[in-house]
Amino acid sequence: MRNLDKKAFQAKEKKATLGIDVDLDAYSSEPVSHDYVDDLSTLPEADKKRMILAGVDAEEKDRSGTYVQEDTTVLHTHSKQEGLQVMSIKQALKECDWIQDYYWKLVAVDTDKYTARAQLDLHNGYVIRALPGSKVIYPVQACLYLQKEGLSQNVHNIIIAEEGSELHIITGCATAAHLRRGLHVGISEFYVKKNAKLSFTMIHYWAEEMMVRPRSVARVEEGGLFLNNYICMKPARSLQMYPTTHLVGKGAVARFYSLLVGSPGSEMDVGGRIFLKEPGSRAEIIARTISNGGNIIARGDLVGEVPGIKAHLECRGLILNGGSIHAIPELNGKVAGVEMSHEAAVGKIAQDEILYLMSRGLSEDEATATIVRGFLSVDIPGLPPQLKAEIDRAVEQSDQDMM
Amino acid sequence: MLQVEDLQVQIGDKQILKHIDLEIHPGETHVLFGPNGSGKTSLLMTIMGYPQYRVTGGRIVFKGADITHMPIDERAGLGIGISYQRPPTINGVKTKQMVQICAKGEVDAEALAVKMNFAEFLDRDINAGFSGGEIKRSELLQLMAQDPDLLLFDEPESGVDLENISLIGNSISQLLQRDFRLNDQKSQKELQKERTKMGLIITHTGFILDYVTADRGQVLFDGVLTCASNPREIFKCISQVGYEECVRCAI
Repeated sequence: MRNLDKKAFQAKEKKATLGIDVDLDAYSSEPVSHDYVDDLSTLPEADKKRMILAGVDAEEKDRSGTYVQEDTTVLHTHSKQEGLQVMSIKQALKECDWIQDYYWKLVAVDTDKYTARAQLDLHNGYVIRALPGSKVIYPVQACLYLQKEGLSQNVHNIIIAEEGSELHIITGCATAAHLRRGLHVGISEFYVKKNAKLSFTMIHYWAEEMMVRPRSVARVEEGGLFLNNYICMKPARSLQMYPTTHLVGKGAVARFYSLLVGSPGSEMDVGGRIFLKEPGSRAEIIARTISNGGNIIARGDLVGEVPGIKAHLECRGLILNGGSIHAIPELNGKVAGVEMSHEAAVGKIAQDEILYLMSRGLSEDEATATIVRGFLSVDIPGLPPQLKAEIDRAVEQSDQDMM
Repeated sequence: MLQVEDLQVQIGDKQILKHIDLEIHPGETHVLFGPNGSGKTSLLMTIMGYPQYRVTGGRIVFKGADITHMPIDERAGLGIGISYQRPPTINGVKTKQMVQICAKGEVDAEALAVKMNFAEFLDRDINAGFSGGEIKRSELLQLMAQDPDLLLFDEPESGVDLENISLIGNSISQLLQRDFRLNDQKSQKELQKERTKMGLIITHTGFILDYVTADRGQVLFDGVLTCASNPREIFKCISQVGYEECVRCAI
């Protein structure tokens, strides 16, 4: 622990390689206390509504467990299913020895000033773990909610799908309706063990002046599957993240799907990087971005290190009402025998598609909305229907905001 | 009724339709012949209202309203529908959704699709990877849901395999109220008189004439309607002497 602190301390001023530099001192890091809530349905209606936008249901319908953190404090945590552990990371660090095998083992604490801050001034975060062989069919929901104006929320999450388990998580980050300015620093470490299946669906619903700096790394073992979905329909002032996944076992699979809408004044620099390190591993990165006046950089990087791997990257962007989209797909095949491909396209809505729909009776606006909704509807194999429904809802909501 | 009066159309600077006159009365179906590039598709697209087909003279009147400069969706609302030859793929928009859009929601898409032998395509993105014949079935399925009064068909039989050609042909007949079925209440003659649907069918091969009866044939040659006659006769004439013969009448 002391060693981590030391390293973090040295990286305190270290700027990130991507994204504008955030002045950490401009945000308060003082703990904000809230009372623990036994029954989430007693939360204020306004908060519940915002949480629902980020896929977190206070009624816990069709959910197998819940973690809710408001500002710096844990509001609620529990697991409804045997074989599923849901707790705060502070509790885990205090009570569970095994957490040391995972804490800062994938993300380097001295990556940049944001990782350093998450070590030196950790507020909390969640630990979600599916025990070996357990199938958690209903999703676990985790919400990181921001209420306090000008707060820097520093969290560290650890997700573990033990051997042969199946785990689905929906995590929402949202801000209270009144909040404008804040910083979210989130470290996430994912462990997908042998033949385990983990789906992680993250829905972000930010305020206009939010700065967001997630840092996450995943490790997928033999026969494991990691599905990583990111939906950001209500963008922040500045969002920068480049989650990385290491496929370290034979036949390990990672799929990243992201749907981004950039509104005026927002800067998003979002990517995905997957290292394919064992034969038979496969990776897919699919991004759909819409600029509605914001600036979006969509990165993707696939690194094939051994023969017999297969990877594909697809990035499509639509510029609707100004703004920019910069697609940067990268393929890095390091040996013979890799199979890697990418396709990227940035454009506008095709006129012939609009006219086709109009000839079926839709007005021009309706036709445009239909095409945009179609553009954002990506079929994600292996995703439970409840999560599909949450993604559809998020897209539907953005539709109303955009048109 | 559809009235096309002295219609002149340009794409960019190029004149593609020259002084077209055409009338289709309620209950009538016309067949449009013509070599490649003669302007057949342009005529259909102009009637439907595609903005790149610029009307430089004449007018189009449908059901008494001058629609020459009316937007596409309003024409669709008035009861004009089209079956395209090569419609665009729209990613993420399912065929089922298209059927619902055409019907304005009130339709049993499944049942209609079963009729068109197209049920397994309902959950696929519209036109994505469809073969020629699949596109035609999809287009007809949409027209069935939309149920317009004036139906424009752009080469409905092209790319259709033998197995499906009769399905396509009979469906078009039905859409145009030209299918014959025993009826206890009314004679076939009465039913024929009560026809309201208007059709304009582009055909290259003439195969469609084996399935759909038509009142009139028209030949479009180099942007000019050169003759109007019995469709079978025109077809036979073209088959035997070719479109070169049309040059004589086009001058």
